[in-house]
Amino acid sequence: MSTVTSDRQQSLADVVVVDYGLGNLRSVTRGLERAGAGVEITDDPEAFADADGVVLPGVGAFREGIENADPLREDLLEVADAGTPLFGICLGMQMLLTTSEEGANEGESAVQGLDLIPGTNVRFAEGQKVPHMGWNELSVERDHPLVEGVDGRYAYFVHSYYAVPDDEDATVATTDYEREFPAIVANEAGNVFGTQFHPEKSGETGLEILRNFVEICRDE
Amino acid sequence: MTLTKRVIPCIDVDLDEDGNPAVYTGVHFEDLEYTGDPVEMAKAYNESGADEFVFLDITASAEGRETMLDVVRDVADEVFIPLTVGGGIRTTEDIKETLRAGADKVSITTGALERPELITEGARAFGSQCIVISVDARRRFDGEGEHYVEVDGESCWFECTKKGGREGTGIDVLEWAREAEDRGAGELFVNSIDKDGTKDGYDIPLTKAVCETVDTPVIASSGCGGPEDLYEVFTEAGADAGLAASIFHFDEHSIRECKEYLDERGVPVRL
Repeated sequence: MSTVTSDRQQSLADVVVVDYGLGNLRSVTRGLERAGAGVEITDDPEAFADADGVVLPGVGAFREGIENADPLREDLLEVADAGTPLFGICLGMQMLLTTSEEGANEGESAVQGLDLIPGTNVRFAEGQKVPHMGWNELSVERDHPLVEGVDGRYAYFVHSYYAVPDDEDATVATTDYEREFPAIVANEAGNVFGTQFHPEKSGETGLEILRNFVEICRDE
Repeated sequence: MTLTKRVIPCIDVDLDEDGNPAVYTGVHFEDLEYTGDPVEMAKAYNESGADEFVFLDITASAEGRETMLDVVRDVADEVFIPLTVGGGIRTTEDIKETLRAGADKVSITTGALERPELITEGARAFGSQCIVISVDARRRFDGEGEHYVEVDGESCWFECTKKGGREGTGIDVLEWAREAEDRGAGELFVNSIDKDGTKDGYDIPLTKAVCETVDTPVIASSGCGGPEDLYEVFTEAGADAGLAASIFHFDEHSIRECKEYLDERGVPVRL
């Protein structure tokens, strides 16, 4: 059990970044702080319940991500069920879906995601340069408080798989990389959402999205 | 709407006489000149429209490495664009430490040449997207290569070098690029020993040959003297990103100026 807490004195909302042992938590933490949040990096599920919002970060492979986060699976489902904002970033967004081709292509059993946004993560087509790595344009498809002010702006993507939600309405924004795919997804209730790109790496546009997230948490 | 071409400033960080991290800029991987404080430079580039930031630890020592991880942390705190860190990475533990310090990607040169499994292990554990394989290529005009291209009317192959070009390996860059991709490298940095610090343009034949060999994104490096060189490497060689150091460090050209030049000529960039 480990917990690192930042100064909460001036924060607009108290946000938990889930530490499941993978990836770069520092950037997302700093981005959230810059956006006005007080941030606690933790693997303590009790902290989830008290938070105004929970961030599921992620860098890396689907199987490893899910396996590492598995002890927290029920707790994350409870966060979503309670209506608390749950924000998945990159692999964290993919983990919100039901499954992924990524875990399945090694001859092992399929890896089950959190299934909060039903759907599958699939690999870009043969012959396309993967990973899709770089700055690409966001096209907002429908209203969601996360995307205020970011239509037509650029975000930073790094991924080889992309989400295909079962329900088309789960797509909040798309981007185009030879094919159109979801850049931002959200569940029907609106409290579970994720970005395929890294807002903490998307310069001013990314900080705008993080500020929107902090606003959503504050309204909780 | 499409993926933009990236313009990336790079800093080489060493320890100064007092053991403090400092940015140096060199010519032909030698003759290093003090350029500034890494964190201050990172902050400035974060504001300047840079698409990514590359930080290379050139200390190549164990003590240096610890200090560098601290600097990486400080830089990561100031940079809200992707950060690639390279230099001295030889094990998956090194990769993990560097990512944990705040890097988004690690750049590996010698560690991968000496033990190619490192690419496979790193890609499996952390995802291909954070494994950047960097090659320091040198033109060779002899019969020992595998793949030849024409350069200035002569038949040439490109050799992977180690230690900033001081040591040859006999490995053909194009063979190595293909192997790195097969093992799961997510991106390739293509440096040119012949062009480094010259400011007379990227090594177009080299970059083009690598781009035609792999599907993985290619970052051209070495030789950038201004916006026209970026234009050339994007349109003629097919690079996905162009890296430069001295022209940005010494304020000869701003990143915005380069991007406006590219935009006016129809190259997609983030403005």
